Amino acid sequence: MTKITLNINKKEYPLEADPQMPLLWAIRDLAGLKGTKYGCGVAQCGACVVHLNGEAVRSCVTKVSRAVGKQVVTIEGLSETNSHPVQKAWQDIDVPQCGYCHSGQIMSAVVLLREKPDPTDQDIDDAMAGNICRCGTYLRIRAAIHLAAETQKKTAPQG
Amino acid sequence: MDNQTVSRRNFLKTSAVTGAVFSLGFYWPGNAKSAKVINAAEANKFGVEMNSWVHIDASGKVTIFDHRAEMGQGSYQAVPQIVAEELEVNLNEINVVFAQGDAKKYGNQVTGGSSTVRGSYKNLLKLSATAREMLIQAAAKKWNVPKLECYAEGGDVIHKPSGKKLHYGQLVEAASKLEAPKDVVLKKRSEYKLIGKPLRRLDTPLKTNGVAVFGLDKQIPGMMYAAVERNPRLRGKVKSFDDSKTRLIPGVKNVFKVKMGVFNTYREGVAVVADSTWAAIQGKKALKVEWDDTGFEHLDTEEIYKRQAEALQTQEGLPFKKQGEPNEVIAKASKKIDVIYETPYQYHAAMEPLNCVAHYQDDKLEIWGPIQAPEWVQDYISKEMSIPKEKVIVNMTFLGGGFGRKAFMDYPHEASVISKEIKAPVQVVWTREDDATQGPFRPGITYRCEGVIKDGGIDAFKVKLAGQNNNHWRGGKKDVPNGSASEGFLKPYTESIKNLAIMDIPFETPIPTMWWRSVYASTNGFAFESFLDELAHEAGKDPLDFRRVYLKEERLQKLIDKVEEVSGWKSRAKGAGYGVAITECFSSTVAQVVKVSKAPGGGVKVDKVWAVMDCGWYVNPDTIKAQIEGSIVMALGAATIHQVKFKDGMAVDNNFSTYQMPRINDIPPIDIHIMDNDEDAGGVGEPGLPPFAPALTNAIFDLTGKRIRKLPFNLGMV
Repeated sequence: MTKITLNINKKEYPLEADPQMPLLWAIRDLAGLKGTKYGCGVAQCGACVVHLNGEAVRSCVTKVSRAVGKQVVTIEGLSETNSHPVQKAWQDIDVPQCGYCHSGQIMSAVVLLREKPDPTDQDIDDAMAGNICRCGTYLRIRAAIHLAAETQKKTAPQG
Repeated sequence: MDNQTVSRRNFLKTSAVTGAVFSLGFYWPGNAKSAKVINAAEANKFGVEMNSWVHIDASGKVTIFDHRAEMGQGSYQAVPQIVAEELEVNLNEINVVFAQGDAKKYGNQVTGGSSTVRGSYKNLLKLSATAREMLIQAAAKKWNVPKLECYAEGGDVIHKPSGKKLHYGQLVEAASKLEAPKDVVLKKRSEYKLIGKPLRRLDTPLKTNGVAVFGLDKQIPGMMYAAVERNPRLRGKVKSFDDSKTRLIPGVKNVFKVKMGVFNTYREGVAVVADSTWAAIQGKKALKVEWDDTGFEHLDTEEIYKRQAEALQTQEGLPFKKQGEPNEVIAKASKKIDVIYETPYQYHAAMEPLNCVAHYQDDKLEIWGPIQAPEWVQDYISKEMSIPKEKVIVNMTFLGGGFGRKAFMDYPHEASVISKEIKAPVQVVWTREDDATQGPFRPGITYRCEGVIKDGGIDAFKVKLAGQNNNHWRGGKKDVPNGSASEGFLKPYTESIKNLAIMDIPFETPIPTMWWRSVYASTNGFAFESFLDELAHEAGKDPLDFRRVYLKEERLQKLIDKVEEVSGWKSRAKGAGYGVAITECFSSTVAQVVKVSKAPGGGVKVDKVWAVMDCGWYVNPDTIKAQIEGSIVMALGAATIHQVKFKDGMAVDNNFSTYQMPRINDIPPIDIHIMDNDEDAGGVGEPGLPPFAPALTNAIFDLTGKRIRKLPFNLGMV
């Protein structure tokens, strides 16, 4: 066990962890933030996606030691009022069914829209193919990403 | 959004009697099908505990119990949407709480068979309308005006002539003292303000910011984590185990043998208890266990299907339905169709792996988890662990998918046994590998379909099926045919085809099987609806026109008209790649047309799916559309991507790296229509699944002339 400090959603969490522990379990069991989900443990489903210094990473295969000194953002930290354009779009289109995979879906979509503010269907398929949704909400995920892109364009600072 | 209702419930019980809140619930006298609406005073009179299905406190806040699990299918939305309509309150002012498992209070809570709405809407409408009428009556009494001059809207009672208004909260005390009227007039469908509208789901905001509490998210003070190594051959016992490496892992606290039941069978394993999920999983990986599975055959997939094929050639089976002289007609026919359809074993693969929290104490056992059948869990664990039923408290969290698997008692039982052993609360976590390989699975079923065409119609129709019967695994009788042998196949066919036989050949393996979304319809639909397509082609008829002859009911004719219209069926070019299938399950009928074309890289691709749902009376059309979208995606996976394969008695694929799932780039456009009529409500969560596979393979036949009779198949290899 090692003493480490994680910065999650702009808050410091002093923790005692095995440095080999995946970031996922440190976030869930040690920091107590349960919004990030366990789905497969082998980077196949995307339920555990969080942002590490702004990049989408699969926290189930990212060692907690890699996150030390970096900014971790989880679904709980995406916005204070559940109002990020991607969250709003998910709500407007009623994307989730069971909802379990959508923390990961939303976190992946946010990074996609930062890199490609006006994605094509192909861009969305490429970026989101790593996220499984067993309820099969894929068509709505695609629609919601387009909607979020529209919203972001309208609210983006001009010039 | 947590679900801790114990203290709250006790509070409500007391306050309902004193009049501080107005509560109405149901009472099922004996095993009566229809419930009696009662208030708290009557509950006392009948000596039953109040279920307080709907209650309103002095601030006007309305709380509704959702008696069913929310696993994506929308009970969390549908139940309040029904109640709010007749109660005349705004949907966003309702607080929804999951009910605890208790069959005496809530009736059947098993969230299966697509039954949440169809099984309870009439009672819910009656209950809510009763509450509304009592609140109106209370206001009329207060104002000393005729009740007919008053009406309710948005949580207020209004006196029409004077415009006087009282909020429900101001009326709870008076209303709670009134006797529930025996008969109330329900609204007509045309008067609905909420029911039938595509309202946004109440649980969506909880699922976009990590607030929704799934089973795996449940945490209680002092809770430990456990992972269990179970027999990879699904049955049998632990012979011995070596935990020396496990105990070296920091955080591991305890290792011991556990035994948990699944219906009438038992499974053994070794539990590793630790202070984090990670340590428990690491500890489990470090275990060395020797298994004793004597008496259980170590089967391979090939062997299972070889035996099914042999049985279909050599055995006649038990008659599920037999009329006319199918065997004689088939024997005499100069030309007959005699084909085999094969469907695979499937894994539920909910995104949330199985897990459960249990806290065993001296005086009670409390359970929290993603549970589809809370009262089954209560009943089962009470018997298995010899705890009085009322001391087993079962709480449902949100479920990260269920599809039938979470209607089992094994994982709550396992958690309870471990908690008792360690004398502390514990969460059992199944790894994806555990979840993928332990079953129970959907049984793979093989069908032999024989038919004769005469004068453009069906002269004989015979289907024999060989596959595991889920009931056998629960201890069901083995000398009777599977009661669901034709589930999925439209009933009118079995009435309008003169010479018909549907035969079930009992078939056993040691592999545990159980319901999987749409159950037998998910495999029957493929065999029956593909076979009908073959018969239509043999008869030289258009596949939809051919079906019309046997489906004479006006309701079905309208469904066929609709799917014909929306898919442009009549104007399609010959051989352009269109296929159709129509199936019925859980009282809803769904027609689907699939359009395929040659893929640029070889094989075929799905261009579009049209689906028409007839589920009678319905609550939320957008939820229905979502359920059909999801059903089609799930059917696409089962038809073209994945299957559970067995080798040496063990499931081969143990994670999504090899058990591949449909992904966003696999999904075709889906166009969904819902029939409007005044029929009773049918199911919504499952009926959209069975017609997809046959519609797809029928479309492939139309395009290529190739008949696909074995699932899954690779679209790229067609």
